[in-house]
Amino acid sequence: MSAPLLTARNLSKRFGAVQACGEISFELVEGEALAIVGESGSGKTTLLHLIAGLMQPDGGEVSYRLRDGFSRDLATLTESERRALIRTDWGFVHQDAARGLRMNVSAGGNIGERLMALGDRHYGNIRAAALQWLARVEIAADRIDDAPSTYSGGMRQRLQIARNLVTRPRLVFMDEPTGGLDVSVQAGLLDLLRGLIADMGLAVVLVTHDLSVARLLSNRILVMKQGEVIESGLTDRVLDDPQAPYTQLLVSSVLAA
Amino acid sequence: MTTPSSRDLLVVENLDKAFTLHLHGGARLAVIANASFAVARGECVVLGGASGVGKSSILKMVFGNYGADRGAIRLAAGGGFLDIAKASPREIVDARRRIMGYVSQFLRVIPRVSAIDIVASAARDAGFEAAAAQARAASLLARLNLPERLWSLPPATFSGGEQQRVNIARGFAGEHDLLILDEPTASLDAANREAVVDLIREQRAKGAGFLAIFHDEDVRTLVADRVIDVSSFSHREAA
Repeated sequence: MSAPLLTARNLSKRFGAVQACGEISFELVEGEALAIVGESGSGKTTLLHLIAGLMQPDGGEVSYRLRDGFSRDLATLTESERRALIRTDWGFVHQDAARGLRMNVSAGGNIGERLMALGDRHYGNIRAAALQWLARVEIAADRIDDAPSTYSGGMRQRLQIARNLVTRPRLVFMDEPTGGLDVSVQAGLLDLLRGLIADMGLAVVLVTHDLSVARLLSNRILVMKQGEVIESGLTDRVLDDPQAPYTQLLVSSVLAA
Repeated sequence: MTTPSSRDLLVVENLDKAFTLHLHGGARLAVIANASFAVARGECVVLGGASGVGKSSILKMVFGNYGADRGAIRLAAGGGFLDIAKASPREIVDARRRIMGYVSQFLRVIPRVSAIDIVASAARDAGFEAAAAQARAASLLARLNLPERLWSLPPATFSGGEQQRVNIARGFAGEHDLLILDEPTASLDAANREAVVDLIREQRAKGAGFLAIFHDEDVRTLVADRVIDVSSFSHREAA
């Protein structure tokens, strides 16, 4: 198997007296989907922000294999290298789509912006790509000139996904991507995400408190509690045969639908 | 320990499994002790024994859903054997894609996906091209007598038997070397049980192996090369 795409080593972060992440290490290979689960305050979002470079760790490092094949410690990237990575090879799907979109720019503009950041200046190409991606995330073509502020929650989330994937990233971070949406909308979005992950061979780091979302979208799972990874492994093994007392509590607390 | 031969598809040795129930005062529930058996290529091995004796637990350990406390689960993979009891998550994910499939008692899918896409997607996961996957899905659904008007609908509103036929089609879609069946025919009528028996025989003739649980005496008689009595591995019987 090829070298890992992303490697986290001994990542630590404190907020005052609180250990948000303690010495966390893991690897992610291309095309692998990793879920980070735990209750509110377990440190899962902090861990995601540390890996995605949105927050500086107190200790430890994250390295990423760039498209040139060389793995680099993210802390050593120049600002322009870091920006290029975030704009092209990475995506970030926020729970609140308003954080990942420009709410008053048209849908076409939201998708096109990432392509323009890559240097594409041809209006026709950009619009064609935007239309193609709107279709792929099941947004009607005649909504291309509308701003996402006029969209429903589920449509905004699908637009955010299109905006992220238009540059064909290899790694996408997702923070509760279906959180806050109606159950009927969640199902459609999960189906869409699962299809895109498989078709594009995306690597994913997914933060969720919803174990069924983790089961549907991920191959591997990290269970966090109070800033520590207390159990990890194959997603359905951890969910079907949990070993740690806390994981057993989490799994048994879910109401079967 | 015996060395697996090239005819062996699955060799299970000295398998132990217990559950520790931390939410119930750390009670220890021993399920399986010293389970050893093998499945050869082209063979259908049925696990027998009373309900609660640990048959499903063995299937889940072989597929990797349950961990094993001790022992080996050697699955023929790429000229060698992969020990599922010790394999990494990545190795298990890869083995499930290429080598082994699983049919549970109930269909568990995303609510909105159509029956034919569920089956075709399983074929694609196993390496079929999109068009071939679609064709294989259609052929399996037809053989399992699922009315064609249902193919493009999500199975949520189907009857139990119809859902289960989608589930079986999905399991067979990948043409895996080893197929694990957990009472797949429980909710089927006689004609559809027969369709499943035909599918098993056909795949077996191509060299696929089966590890299965069938409560249905008729089906068992028709497909089983051997029945292994799991109560001989069961802790609860011995206790």
